[in-house]
Amino acid sequence: MATATQESTTSALGERQTRLEDDALLRGLGQYADDLATTPGTLQAAVLRSPHAHARLVALDAGEALAMPGVHAVLTGADVQRWAAPLPVGVRQPMEHWCLAVDRVRYVGEPVAVVVADSRYLAEDALDAIRADYEVLDAVVATEAAVAGDAPVLHEAVGSNVVNDRSFSYGEPDRAFREAARHVSLKIDYPRNSCTPIECYVVVARYDPADGGYDVAANFQGPFALHSVMARALKVSGAGLRLRTPPDSGGSFGIKQGVLSYVVLMALAARKAGAPVKWVEDRLEHLQAASSATNRVTTIEAAVAEDGRIQGLRYDQLDDCGAYLRAPEPATFYRMHGTLTGAYAVRNLAVRNRVVLTNKTPSGLNRGFGGPQVYFALERLVQHVAVELGLDPLTVILRNLIPADAFPYRAPAGSLLDSGNYHAAVELARTGGGLQELEERRAAARAAGRYYGIGFAAVVEPSISNMGYITTAMTPEERRRAGPKNGAVSTATLTVDPLGSVSVQIASVPQGQGHRTAAAQVVADVLGVPREAVSVHVALDTGKDAWSIASGNYSSRFAGAVAGAVHKAATRARDRLARIAAAQMGADPGDLVFADGRIHDRNDPARSLSFHRAAGAVHWSPGLLPEDEPGGLRETAFWSPPELAAPDDDDRINSSLCYGFVFDYCGVDIDPVTGRVTLDRYVTTHDAGRLLNPDLVDGQIRGGFAQAVGAALYEELAYGDDGSFRSGTLADYLIPTAAEVPEPVILHQETPSPFTPLGAKGVGEGNNMSTPVCIANAVADALGQRDIRLPLTPSRVREMIGITESEPPAAHAAPSIEAPAGGSTLRATGVVELEADADTVYHAMLDPGVLSRIIPGCHALEQDGDNAYRADVTVGVGLIKARFEARVSLTDLDPPHALRLNGAGSSAVGTAEGGAAVRLSPREGGGTQLAYDYQAAVTGKVASVGARMLQGASRVVVDQIFARLRQEVDGPGASAGDRAWGRRFRAWLLRLLGRGGAP
Amino acid sequence: MKRLDAGRSHPVTFRLNGRERTGHAEPRLLLSDFLRHDMGLTGTHVGCEHGVCGACTVLIDGHACRACLTLAVQVDGRDVETVENLAEDGVLNDLQQAFRRHHALQCGFCTAGILMSCTDFLARNPRPREADVRDMLTGHLCRCTGYTGIVRAIVEVAEQRSGSTTEENEHV
Ligand code: FES
Ligand code: FES
Repeated sequence: MATATQESTTSALGERQTRLEDDALLRGLGQYADDLATTPGTLQAAVLRSPHAHARLVALDAGEALAMPGVHAVLTGADVQRWAAPLPVGVRQPMEHWCLAVDRVRYVGEPVAVVVADSRYLAEDALDAIRADYEVLDAVVATEAAVAGDAPVLHEAVGSNVVNDRSFSYGEPDRAFREAARHVSLKIDYPRNSCTPIECYVVVARYDPADGGYDVAANFQGPFALHSVMARALKVSGAGLRLRTPPDSGGSFGIKQGVLSYVVLMALAARKAGAPVKWVEDRLEHLQAASSATNRVTTIEAAVAEDGRIQGLRYDQLDDCGAYLRAPEPATFYRMHGTLTGAYAVRNLAVRNRVVLTNKTPSGLNRGFGGPQVYFALERLVQHVAVELGLDPLTVILRNLIPADAFPYRAPAGSLLDSGNYHAAVELARTGGGLQELEERRAAARAAGRYYGIGFAAVVEPSISNMGYITTAMTPEERRRAGPKNGAVSTATLTVDPLGSVSVQIASVPQGQGHRTAAAQVVADVLGVPREAVSVHVALDTGKDAWSIASGNYSSRFAGAVAGAVHKAATRARDRLARIAAAQMGADPGDLVFADGRIHDRNDPARSLSFHRAAGAVHWSPGLLPEDEPGGLRETAFWSPPELAAPDDDDRINSSLCYGFVFDYCGVDIDPVTGRVTLDRYVTTHDAGRLLNPDLVDGQIRGGFAQAVGAALYEELAYGDDGSFRSGTLADYLIPTAAEVPEPVILHQETPSPFTPLGAKGVGEGNNMSTPVCIANAVADALGQRDIRLPLTPSRVREMIGITESEPPAAHAAPSIEAPAGGSTLRATGVVELEADADTVYHAMLDPGVLSRIIPGCHALEQDGDNAYRADVTVGVGLIKARFEARVSLTDLDPPHALRLNGAGSSAVGTAEGGAAVRLSPREGGGTQLAYDYQAAVTGKVASVGARMLQGASRVVVDQIFARLRQEVDGPGASAGDRAWGRRFRAWLLRLLGRGGAP
Repeated sequence: MKRLDAGRSHPVTFRLNGRERTGHAEPRLLLSDFLRHDMGLTGTHVGCEHGVCGACTVLIDGHACRACLTLAVQVDGRDVETVENLAEDGVLNDLQQAFRRHHALQCGFCTAGILMSCTDFLARNPRPREADVRDMLTGHLCRCTGYTGIVRAIVEVAEQRSGSTTEENEHV
């Protein structure tokens, strides 16, 4: 068959162009998941979540909630057990992960019930009316503690919190370590963080009782291998779950993979309600229960020669996947497995990977997936090798980099590094980024007594994941039984309609990366039509569109794989059109050139045919087409690279198709007083093969860099020792703003990939891998420290410098009390001056009538024993208001000098427990001084809104108790303080909420 | 002070993007929900509902405000402007065009709020320095762009509108 020429005169590829997406988005006309039209009668859902990190769910009573106005249904674990199955898990272990807790909760925020109502407001009202009784169990939060023999076990049938344990050996690591001159090791604790898109999860689900199928729209990002997981959990065939994604997405960065369990949950809620159901996740739900990068504890060791050459590496890694192993975990390990030796020519490697479960939110995809954890260990180690050997870190890097003539290079664990010239990239960075100048600045800063450091990081950035890498978690024997998995099928469909318009459907589910623009450029380039004449559709419908398990937006697969499939589909269409046009023009198809919306004969410039005329022929006059030409014009191309083989019997896995290179360095200046880390300059050098659109590439680099600055300096999904979640608002989980993100110096080198159709590699994730450790290395250099833990917040850095926080002055001789165990602990002391004498005050406090009046929000107080009461109390903290069933007691009575006021309560949003030691002493000249020392611990949603808020709120509540007591004993004239309290509370709330906006 | 019955809907009559509109809202209904669900203007986005991300920013009587911290009933009798009103005669305004030129958006979810804050900011600060622009932007979270394009776009529009290039407002 003849092929048309590759030439076209208006090559759009590689040029800087604006995006097709932007016009609608700038007008506010984007179609995000929450903007899609819904069927009339669509109801709204709200999710009841566990306030406990680990508890048995003893009883659930939704009766009162169901009786509330506008409430249609409440979905519970019993319904889920009836209609669904647990979500399939990627390792062979007897553990069940239901989309809704069935008899046990294992992390704070785990869904327990779903209320379906006319509006979200009504649904949330009804959440408070559901009674869930829990029997609290010991929680395990720290990763290493979970491995210990006496740790509480999350999944009893498994018998251990280690649910997968694999060891690997490549080359001769034992010998390398035996023979090496030096061993250098480090222990690393990589924290939990998330790239947190600004748009949260959205699901709109429908159940069709006629065919038993579900139709769900969700801002799911893929990989669509997880469609099978969802369908199996719903107990339907693939066709029984029609999953659709919206045209626009408010960002994902991997995180929207985690919506998969809510797709199942809302599908079942719709079935229960007998109506379409919509759920829009709020920010607290998102931060506490959506997803997270795994946190990882790594012990890494290098066998090194005196010149800094690394002869062997050992990794002992514990990946903390949270309470359940949600698919595709434990992929965080295996995405990077073939690449564990990074950019270095190290041949001997030993690895032990243990997957650990703890009482935290299940982990999942997060931009850089697995890379930040691996490189934090590896690149910290390389820096530390330099320190130990008294060498310059760059010297150690250069001595170990894979040489340019070794590509394609097979790494010991199996990655086939496709192309690169690492030494040249480092040289480009050194000269282009001004390393020497930074070194001079460091010298000058240090001479002036300041903390200044330079850090480096060299990373290999994998892209286009091998769908088979996850099976490396299984033994070769288990893999043989399960059947091999490999490859990564990408797909695109190109259609030309009767008027000659070209449209393309891609299954890449973009999350803001401009895939429509890039795909249109590829097609315009091949067909010689203006880019604007190509419409690109990205909303995916598994019921109608071409897709496969690798579809979706992850592992930076667009430029390398999806654009390749688009190119292939467009090329096929062009070849067909060339034959058709050649017949009409009496020319040879090989001589035809597609350009300017026309098809030209290169031998006779006068002869040409318009594109739409040739294209129209396939619809309007199929009878006149050349033989074998069927008419109509729609080409679906699938493309899977042969290099992506299944893991071999020696556990070698080519985990990705392409491997870009990133080399970064930076200078940091550390404020010796505040501990604030300032990036003086950040240089990042990328080799991502051929650049399809340099602007889009730089945009990806800047975005990833900003997120990585957050991971390095500010962001952590924090937990209390009891598993309470501490980062429930964006004022607690600190995302860097324009004031914190400097402009990086971006440098490019292009070494095309031999394995992708266009020579491009992925580029979106490199800085998420390189930047956190690069900054950490700079801080290590500045402070001469070995143990660096992220995020490098000012207080952590101050601690490293050796500045200890001074104790707050002990203002009053307040009595001290024992802290209640666990939770978010709050403490306050204070003094109240009273007119009444100690006896009066003391007896007032023992009087239930007074007690009920001084406890804020107390509706009812019922005697329950000697100085013990049951109370019904409503407390508001910030935007959360909750009704507590409380027990109040007075103990340690020492009339009229001292007593202890205790309270403990539980509510739909968590528990609270605390006590105040109260001491009364006579004042000079009459009256009484009341001193109190108050401690409390809270769990659940109340804890998640942050200690920052709670400290203020608890203070307000406690102040109020004693202000009211004064009113009781001294009379209404003393109420000024009470009014002041109201003002203070309001001022505090406004301060809290008043972060920013245009001034 | 006017008191509204919490359990009932109340009429809210206001100017929305230059036209008088009336809707009904319970006192607790957020302005962000009211604009999106009742007025059908989904260009205003919701990213946190606690005043930090800035995605929901709209103009109320010309001032940039968080729609998620405003009750719908509070805009009764006021003038509200949203991102849908920025284009003039169907053509993107200078700020929108600059955002497009400078790749100031990727997913676009934060964009509407930033455009509205900028509209207010530039009206009051015709010649901002880059540091002022970054300072104003601290009221907004963007997870995609790293802010570079946003800053460049705003600085450029400020220059164009004031017809001058001062040394401080050189591009970043
Ligand atoms: S939604 Fe209003 S500030 Fe985030
Ligand atoms: S463009 Fe996605 S959050 Fe700003």
